[in-house]
Amino acid sequence: MITVEQRAEFRKHFRYNVGRRLVLDKVVKCIVFLCVVVAVVPLVAILVNVFSNGAAALSWNFLTEIPGAVGSNDLGGIGPAIQGTLVLIGLSSLIGVPVGVMGGIFLSEYGNNKYGRTVRFFNDVLAEFPTIVIGVFTFILIVLTVGGFSVWAGSFALSIVMLPIVMRTTEESLKLVPVTYREAGYALGIRRWRVVFTIVLSGAKSGLVTGILLSVARIAGETAPLVFTILGSSQFIQGLDGPIDALPLRIWRLSSLPYDSSVTQGWGAAFVLIILVLSINIGVRYLFLRRKGQTLLKFKRLGSMS
Amino acid sequence: MMTIKMKKGSSIADKIFKYVAIGAATYVLVIIALIVINLATGSAQVWQKEGISFLTGSDWNSVDGRESYGAAPYIMGTLVTAGIAMAIAIPLSFGIAMFLSELAPKLLRTPLAMVIELLAAIPSVVYGLWGLLVFRIYIQNWIEIPLHNLFGDQSIIFAGTPFGLDILTASIVLAIMIIPTIASISKEIMLAVPNSQREAAYMLGATKWEVFRIAVLPYSKSGLIGAIILGLGRAVGETMAVTMLIGNATGAAAFPSSLFGPGQTLSSIMANEFAEASQGGLHLAALIGIGLILFLLAFAINVVAHLLVAKVIKSHEGAVLA
Repeated sequence: MITVEQRAEFRKHFRYNVGRRLVLDKVVKCIVFLCVVVAVVPLVAILVNVFSNGAAALSWNFLTEIPGAVGSNDLGGIGPAIQGTLVLIGLSSLIGVPVGVMGGIFLSEYGNNKYGRTVRFFNDVLAEFPTIVIGVFTFILIVLTVGGFSVWAGSFALSIVMLPIVMRTTEESLKLVPVTYREAGYALGIRRWRVVFTIVLSGAKSGLVTGILLSVARIAGETAPLVFTILGSSQFIQGLDGPIDALPLRIWRLSSLPYDSSVTQGWGAAFVLIILVLSINIGVRYLFLRRKGQTLLKFKRLGSMS
Repeated sequence: MMTIKMKKGSSIADKIFKYVAIGAATYVLVIIALIVINLATGSAQVWQKEGISFLTGSDWNSVDGRESYGAAPYIMGTLVTAGIAMAIAIPLSFGIAMFLSELAPKLLRTPLAMVIELLAAIPSVVYGLWGLLVFRIYIQNWIEIPLHNLFGDQSIIFAGTPFGLDILTASIVLAIMIIPTIASISKEIMLAVPNSQREAAYMLGATKWEVFRIAVLPYSKSGLIGAIILGLGRAVGETMAVTMLIGNATGAAAFPSSLFGPGQTLSSIMANEFAEASQGGLHLAALIGIGLILFLLAFAINVVAHLLVAKVIKSHEGAVLA
């Protein structure tokens, strides 16, 4: 905000040194452009490397078979990891989505008070938490109590990661539904819960789906909570109370092995994971965010990785 | 005259609905409370044995009978890697944000912004894999070896044989990871500055840079600080990429002195040593204690960030931030 005195000062400043100021302007523009180039080059290099190296590893066997013994000629594949990631996504959505949507309903319909603000604040803080802390917490709460690593523990940890994202995006999209819709419902004598479920939720459908899908993309790539909860395995799923494999975990394990073949497989697994995450992100943006424009900004940010 | 019969009070279904909603919202608070309680009780053992020296000590020995734990090197490692990463990432992300909000032609703006937002969605383990297999070699050959040859072992920060798996590589990859986050939030904050501010400055004859400096920057200051702190929160909590790249020293050796030496952060020591810790032992309690330190650090950072960003929303109605 510019005060009158400042303005007079600026005017005096701007009248002189025109040449020097124009040069400074050009210099800053060059620096900014350089910043963009320096930052974008490694970021694009990651994508190029993963796509070129990963595509080479792909084959039907790679996608469906169990991993071979470490260091042997039989390479095997990453079938259990893909299966595990899908199972984990399904089970954590089973916990995270209903709780998150109901919490979002609370924040938007009943949350205009002190308790609502408190919940909103801590929800935002939880969304930015280091996920490894959530992993350790789940380890103490479930793995130590039950006495073993399990699919359930992993799903619970991931549901905590996805919960704040679903909750916040639900709230934002419910708030976009005009109040007049709700009032029209009340005027017809419809009960509040039915107004919310039939009118408000269906009006906010695309926002809800966006939030849920972005949170799924986020948990698909989480590694840290899984280290403490599912352990990893080289077999297909045995039961929900046993260990399981997941794509990010498999990438981590493969990267620490000293064989060329495991490196190639690591790139392949990273390729599959990136395709999964980016296709959800791009699809969601293309389908929903484009139409709503600026209003759904928050979704983009919450969907990003930590 | 027509009369409308109205039922008094709200129905039971409405009440149930409200309480279910409240319950779901309370779940978040319960989870956070449980995290604090569980981490505190899980690590009680190590706090009892080590006391304050768990924070200040640098011994890290898990051999039976000689057990001793101090987290100071890892706290320092976290702060140093996050600090270096922020020093690299802040100017670059502000450059990107300024380019996207002020300078970029319309044609370039949308695709570039989209690419940057998508990069924020790439899993950290993929950044780690890329850093380990590709980037490390470039760092080692193009930056570390020339610097080492130039300054040699006499200088403290460039001492040690460059190997590529060290504090410098971990910090740079960390910076690459948080640039998309800081850049896209800052861009939104800069775009939220009303155009009348810019036009007033243009009217006075300011150049683009001067417009940015006198009109955009003061207006978006606290939001930008919030963006920085959110980035810092991510840098502090980041696990996988750092674990894969930092070289994983333990004990006093992990004290970050040279950029080319291996180090360890709070999150990487947990990920690395967790598999070796036996249940109920002091080693596990120490790792959980490290989790508690990391939790408190990240919690404080995030609370400050959200308070700052919330202030921006309040002062500029209509700007959708945070």
